[in-house]
Amino acid sequence: MTFPFMPEQGSTMAARVDNLFFFFLAVSAFFAVLIAVLVVVFAVKYRRRDETSVGAPIHGGLALELTWTLIPFAIAMVMFVWGASVYFDLARPPQNAVEIYVTGKRWMWKVQHLTGQKEINALHVPVGQPVKLIIQSEDVIHSFFIPAFRTKMDAVPGRITTLWFEATKPGRYHLFCAEYCGTNHSGMTGYIEAMEPNAFQTWLGGSPEQEGSLADAGEQLFNQLGCVTCHSGDSQARGPDLRGQFGTTVTLADGQQVLFDEEYARESILNPQAKMVEGYLPLMPTFQGLVNEDGLAQLIEYVKSLSQGGETPTPAAAPGGTPKPKTTPGAAER
Amino acid sequence: MHDVRSTVPKGEAFEAEAGLPRTHYLNATHGTAAWLLTKDHKRIGLLYLFAISFFFFLGGLFAMFVRLELLTPEGDLLTSEMYNTSFSMHGIIMVFFFLVPSVPAVFGNFFLPIMIGAKDVAFPKINLLSWYIAMIAGFMMLTTLLMGGVDTGWTFYPPYSTTGSSSNVVLAALSIFVMGFSSILTGLNFIVTVHTMRAPGMTWGRLPLFVWAQYATSLIMVLGTPVLAITLGLVFAERVFHFGIFDPKLGGDPILFQHLFWFYSHPAVYIMVLPGMGVISELVAAFSRKQVFGYSFVAASSLAIALVGFLVWGHHLFTSGQSAYAALVFSFLSFIVAIPSAIKVFNWTATLYRGSISLASPMLYALGFIGLFTIGGLTGLFLAALGLDLHMQDTYFVIAHFHYIMVGGTLLAYLGALHYWWPKITGRLYTEAWAKVAAITVFVGFNLTFFPQFIVGYLGMPRRYHTYVPEFQVLNVLSTAGASILAVGFILPACYLVYSLFRGGVASRNPWGAYGLEWETTSPPPTSNFLVTPIVTRPAYAYTHADVVSPYAGSTQGERDTGTEETQRV
Repeated sequence: MTFPFMPEQGSTMAARVDNLFFFFLAVSAFFAVLIAVLVVVFAVKYRRRDETSVGAPIHGGLALELTWTLIPFAIAMVMFVWGASVYFDLARPPQNAVEIYVTGKRWMWKVQHLTGQKEINALHVPVGQPVKLIIQSEDVIHSFFIPAFRTKMDAVPGRITTLWFEATKPGRYHLFCAEYCGTNHSGMTGYIEAMEPNAFQTWLGGSPEQEGSLADAGEQLFNQLGCVTCHSGDSQARGPDLRGQFGTTVTLADGQQVLFDEEYARESILNPQAKMVEGYLPLMPTFQGLVNEDGLAQLIEYVKSLSQGGETPTPAAAPGGTPKPKTTPGAAER
Repeated sequence: MHDVRSTVPKGEAFEAEAGLPRTHYLNATHGTAAWLLTKDHKRIGLLYLFAISFFFFLGGLFAMFVRLELLTPEGDLLTSEMYNTSFSMHGIIMVFFFLVPSVPAVFGNFFLPIMIGAKDVAFPKINLLSWYIAMIAGFMMLTTLLMGGVDTGWTFYPPYSTTGSSSNVVLAALSIFVMGFSSILTGLNFIVTVHTMRAPGMTWGRLPLFVWAQYATSLIMVLGTPVLAITLGLVFAERVFHFGIFDPKLGGDPILFQHLFWFYSHPAVYIMVLPGMGVISELVAAFSRKQVFGYSFVAASSLAIALVGFLVWGHHLFTSGQSAYAALVFSFLSFIVAIPSAIKVFNWTATLYRGSISLASPMLYALGFIGLFTIGGLTGLFLAALGLDLHMQDTYFVIAHFHYIMVGGTLLAYLGALHYWWPKITGRLYTEAWAKVAAITVFVGFNLTFFPQFIVGYLGMPRRYHTYVPEFQVLNVLSTAGASILAVGFILPACYLVYSLFRGGVASRNPWGAYGLEWETTSPPPTSNFLVTPIVTRPAYAYTHADVVSPYAGSTQGERDTGTEETQRV
């Protein structure tokens, strides 16, 4: 039986989180030992020797109060800043991250690679390359937790969350659901398989029953659901042209500006009237209930592909230099 | 000690010294009705003591199921449903039916009026009402239990609680909703009592720190509890009437619930621990026979905790996808709220310096509290740090952290208070040797139970897991072993305290040689608390030799050693 004290370090951030942890541990150990030693020493040294003795008439001291207010405050601020700096790196995915869609559902994790590869309770990723997970939930709140990578993110129904990591060494790591989701919560586990990039590419291409990329599936859905009738790309169309839009800033009917990102795409499918694009009538019906989270992932990926060139013959529609260059190695390879 | 203008007739005082006073609040009236319809804050405190002790052992029973199941990685003792129900019932019962009411409802009710020299709380009937409301809520929770319990965890997160779970969420939520009114009424009563019922000379600057802590707690109860009631009301509305509030399928937002829930439930942590801190201030002063170091800083830090505690709820949402900038603000404020707690710990420690320290059993609990609360507080910093919380959120590290605060803190303070004031409440002395054994057993058992959970949490074991991966087993076995020791530590006091009621020596007015109004009156006190209204002339904890060598002090030992029950029992 193995008996580890520290979890494995499997990602670029793991060591940074551990260093922060050891700093906190050192500060905590110092204060805990300081208090324990003082309590024991005082309790022995000033033990009651005579039933009628009383303590010295000491009421307090401003200098001491200030000392033990300001020093802990200063240390707390160092902890806060250090913790926040690690957090910002944990929370912000690098621009060149490989994107993978993950959906939590009681009680399994469903994974869709951009190439169309699907997995359940397993996630294959390349080492040495940042991976960004686009996380959704079909039912209740779940949380995608990889202890070896020192990070987790909730899968919240009704919104998209993201998580990123860069695995540093090949191997198999635990995947846990960390947000209680009902009966079989502790069974909602799986593994992350970090692979050498070459092996990963082989694995991506190796599935026989693959039907096409995620964006292809999205295009099919786009046609099936009739999205294409309004979002046809004609200048007379009832819906906005979606080509070249992803990653740009969209002006809404009320003059507000929003970033056309995954969350905006998702919201526009499920709750189209919430953020209407300027110059269009509120004609679009909701697709809530007609399309599930897997379908949303496909549609979003299709809409994204419309802004990446190559996929559709509309290079002119893409505004010069999209702010978020997307690399889709899987799609490119195919 | 305190200047009692019209002196007690000598004869009566001596009689009180020789045995139990002839009439006191326990024997003033008899019969079930006299207890169930009592308006005496002391009897109401005892009614709460019975109820709360029952819920404590019930909650402990569920903890035992959880710990036994976790002995092995496989789910071999309970089904997943039973396991989930066990940890949910453990959390709900312990939080809402033990920890929140514990110190305020039992010792606050009993001692707050006495410590400020009042005859009762400001609204005695409302006080009794609050107990009945708590009992109604308690019966609703027991009904929930008999119907199969609830499996949402004590946090009731939607959409699981509103559309996912098939357990008895509605009744459980209503029960907690009702319980909230009991909290609010107790808080209201304490606030008005402290404002209006203080004895002559009992200025705000002379209030015992226990009273300050109760006052700060009452503010949170009155301001925070309604938000919990609203939140659970909304869960009810969504579950029963399908109003779209939290479930996105109905047009709601599940994160809204988390904001509302933690807006109450984080301050509720301070509802649970502040009264305990007040107890520790009393114990440290009494067993060092010394004024609490930096009285005004300790008092002000209670208020600071109460206020800043309302602004940190977002640290429970660091992994929920909330804005990184919101996370930054909540992290900052969470570090700030640690400062007043640190101030308290340093001041308690400084109080020991040049004190006259007795390691009687209540003091063992107090010193245990200081150590464990320090660890609990410091590990809170880990979780307040954004970069660490993404890894630690929802793991056993969190479980260990809040048990160090709730059990190592509040529960130790509760047991300390129970031992400190037992002679005053019952007029009886328990066996000190057994009490010391129990205190040490609790301390050892507690650490063995919860320290391994810090490690298994950092390793990545998520909370609320029925089954787990084999490499976590060793630490879980240690934890279960610790829990067995802890259980013994809790059963021991139940035995020797009950024994003391029948066979214990008779307590003097002031068996500890402590300073405070509650030690001026008889043990047990008369129904009106004092035969004459005390007049306070000195600050809290103003120990002088004259106090300790007063005719009543030091009689403890003598009585305990030589007292024969036959002559002293009434």
